[in-house]
Amino acid sequence: MRDERELTVTVLGPQRRPTIRPVAGTAATVTAGWREREADDAELDGLLGGGTVNLRLHARWLDVLDADPELATAELNHRAVLDELQELYAVQVGHAEQAAAEIRRSSTRPRTLTAVLADAEAALRLLDERHLERVAAARADFDAAWRPAERDAVARHRARVTELLAGAGTLVVAGGHVGVLLHVLRLFAVSPPADVLAWSAGAMALTERVVLFTDGRAEAYAPGLGLVRDTVLLPHARRRLPVDDPVRLGALARRFAPARCVVLDDGATLAASRAIEPDGRLVVPADRRAPEEPA
Amino acid sequence: MTASTRRLAINRLKERGPLDGGAVDRFLHGREVPIVEGLRCTFLFRGEADEVWVTHRVLGLPDRLPLRRLRGTDLWSVVMELPERSRVEYQLEIRRGGSYERINDPLNPHRSHSPVGSSSVVFATGYEGPEWAEPDPETRPGELVELTVPSRALKRDARVTLYLPARFRRPAAYPLLVVHDGPDYLQYAAAKTVLDNLLHRNEVAELVAAFLHPGDRLVEYADSTSHARFVTGELLPFLERRFPLAAAPAGRCLMGASFGAVAALSTAYRHPDTYGSLLLQSGSFVFTDIGSDHGGGSVFDPVVRFTNRYRARPRAVADRVFVSCGVYEPLIVRNRSMVPVLSDTGMRVKYVESRDGHSWENWRDRLRDGLSYVFPGPRKYVYE
Repeated sequence: MRDERELTVTVLGPQRRPTIRPVAGTAATVTAGWREREADDAELDGLLGGGTVNLRLHARWLDVLDADPELATAELNHRAVLDELQELYAVQVGHAEQAAAEIRRSSTRPRTLTAVLADAEAALRLLDERHLERVAAARADFDAAWRPAERDAVARHRARVTELLAGAGTLVVAGGHVGVLLHVLRLFAVSPPADVLAWSAGAMALTERVVLFTDGRAEAYAPGLGLVRDTVLLPHARRRLPVDDPVRLGALARRFAPARCVVLDDGATLAASRAIEPDGRLVVPADRRAPEEPA
Repeated sequence: MTASTRRLAINRLKERGPLDGGAVDRFLHGREVPIVEGLRCTFLFRGEADEVWVTHRVLGLPDRLPLRRLRGTDLWSVVMELPERSRVEYQLEIRRGGSYERINDPLNPHRSHSPVGSSSVVFATGYEGPEWAEPDPETRPGELVELTVPSRALKRDARVTLYLPARFRRPAAYPLLVVHDGPDYLQYAAAKTVLDNLLHRNEVAELVAAFLHPGDRLVEYADSTSHARFVTGELLPFLERRFPLAAAPAGRCLMGASFGAVAALSTAYRHPDTYGSLLLQSGSFVFTDIGSDHGGGSVFDPVVRFTNRYRARPRAVADRVFVSCGVYEPLIVRNRSMVPVLSDTGMRVKYVESRDGHSWENWRDRLRDGLSYVFPGPRKYVYE
C-alpha cells in the first residue's frame, strides 16, 4: 500500500439511493464484493461519469483458482481454518455477550455491578483481540507457506492490476461481501492512487479492524487495510443493530474503544456520520462537526 | 349470540329475515370463502344435501364440524375459531341419502397439494405465504441433476436428484444436505425455488442437496439399517468422490419430514460422528412410556421401538438440530417431548412451532428457519 498520507479517503454510507458523483480523471473500480455480479457495473460507471476501469478482481481470483489448482486447494483449506476460527470465536462471543447482558440486568449493588460488568466487557475485548491475532497469524502462515505473490497466475494479475491503477486517479471500492473484498484486495496487492472512494463493505475493508454486525450482534472479523484509522464502520446499522437501545449500543462502543464506532447511514459521508458514545448516545463527534454547527 | 359473533357476516345475513336464492347470491358475490373475520372463520356450502360437515385434522377440534342449513335457502354454514397466523387444510363431507361424498370446497379456490391428493385450505388473519418460496426473477437458479446410485444395502439402484447451486464451481467445498422424500420436497414444498432464493439472499450457505427418491418409505424410513447403510456407506462416498463437498461432519446435514425425520435421526444415531446437523420436521416420533399400544398401526412398530430406545438412552448424534412441528398435528406432543431429550444430550437444538398441520406447505414455510440454522449463509459478511 502507498503511504496513506498521500491519500484522500472518502467514506460513504450505503448507496441504495446513490449519492456518489462523477470523479475527476479515470476511476478504477472494485466491485468484487458483488461476486458473480461483478461485471454488472454499468450504473456505477454512469454515476462516476463514465470511462471507469473495473479491476475485475473477483474474475481474476477465479482465474487464479482455475490456473493454479494447488493454490486453490491450499486456499480452500485455509478458508476452512478461518471459518472454523470465526465460528468458534462466535460461540465464545455469544456466551460472553449473554453473560454481560445477564449481569447488566441483575439487581446487584451499583459498585459491584460496575466492577463485574467491567470484567465481563474486558473478557469480550480479550476474545476480540485474540481472535484477530489468530486470524492474522493464520494468514501469515498461509502466505509464508504458499507465497501467493510469487505464483505465476497471481503475479500476472498483480502486474495487470498495477498497470490499470497507474492510469487511475481514484480507486472506487463498492460494497458487497467484505470477506471477498478483503481477500482480493490483498491477493492482488491493490495500491490506491491519490484518492479512494468507498462505501459499505468497501469502506469497512479500509479500516484497521473489520467488525461484522448483524441481528444485534457484533464480531471482530479480520484486520483491514488500515487506510481509515481509529474507526469501526457500521453501514446498514439501522437494519442490523439495536440503534434504539443505548445500553447495548454503549456496550458496543466500549468494546471496540478506543476506536470510534461510526454508524454510516444510507448515503451519508463519514464527516456527517454519528459515532456511538460510551453511554450509547449517537452524536457527530466534536472534531468532525462543521464550524457553523452549534456544539 | 354474543356481541362478537353478531357482527359476523353470516349472522348479519340471518338477521335480515326471510331469505331466498337471490339474497344468497348477493351475499356470496365477490366474497372470499371461507369468511375470515378476526379470529373466526365461517365455512360455507351451497347445495342440496341432507348433512354437511367440515372435515380436517386439527388436533383439539372434533374431526367433523357439522354445518347448519340457513332456513329457506340451500346455504350451509358453521363458524370455527381460527387463531391468527393459522393455516388449516380441510374438505367438506356431504351426505345425500345413504351416499357420502368428500370434496374440496367449491367456493374456495385455494388448494393444498400432497402425494395423497389435494385439499382446500384456509388462511387465518396474519398468515402470509413466504415470498421466498415464490420464484424470484432476480434469483439465479441452481441446477437439478439426476443420478443413479447403485445400492447393495437397498438391493436396488437408488435415484437421487442432486441440486447444484447457481455459482457451482469445482474448487470449493460445499456442505451437503441429504433430503428424505426428495421428490415430494421438490414438488410440494418448492424446495428448489426455496434453495435458489435463500442462497441468493445470503440467508443459507451455498450447498449441494441430494434429494432421495425412496422405495417403500414406510419401510426404508422406519429405522431401517439398510437405509442408514445406504446413506452413510454408499451415498456419501459416491457423492464425495464426484463433487466438491466438504466431506466432514460439519458439512453434512440429514433432513426429513414425518417418517423422513425418523429416517434422518435414526441414520445419524446408527452412524455417530458422521453428521453435523439434522433438520427434523414433524417427525413421526411416536413412543410409549409403558405398554405397546401406540395407536399408530403396525407400520409404526419399528418407529416406536427406535424412539423408545433413543429416549431411554439418548445421545448426541450431531452438533445442532432443528426441530419444527405444527401445533394442529397429532404429532405435536411427540415432538415437544423430543426437544428436551435432544437438548439434554448437549446438542444445540432450535425448536419452532407453527399454527399449521402435518402438511408440505407447513414444512415449506419452516425451511428458511431450518436451513439458515443448519447452514447459515454469509449474510453477516454482506453490506451492499
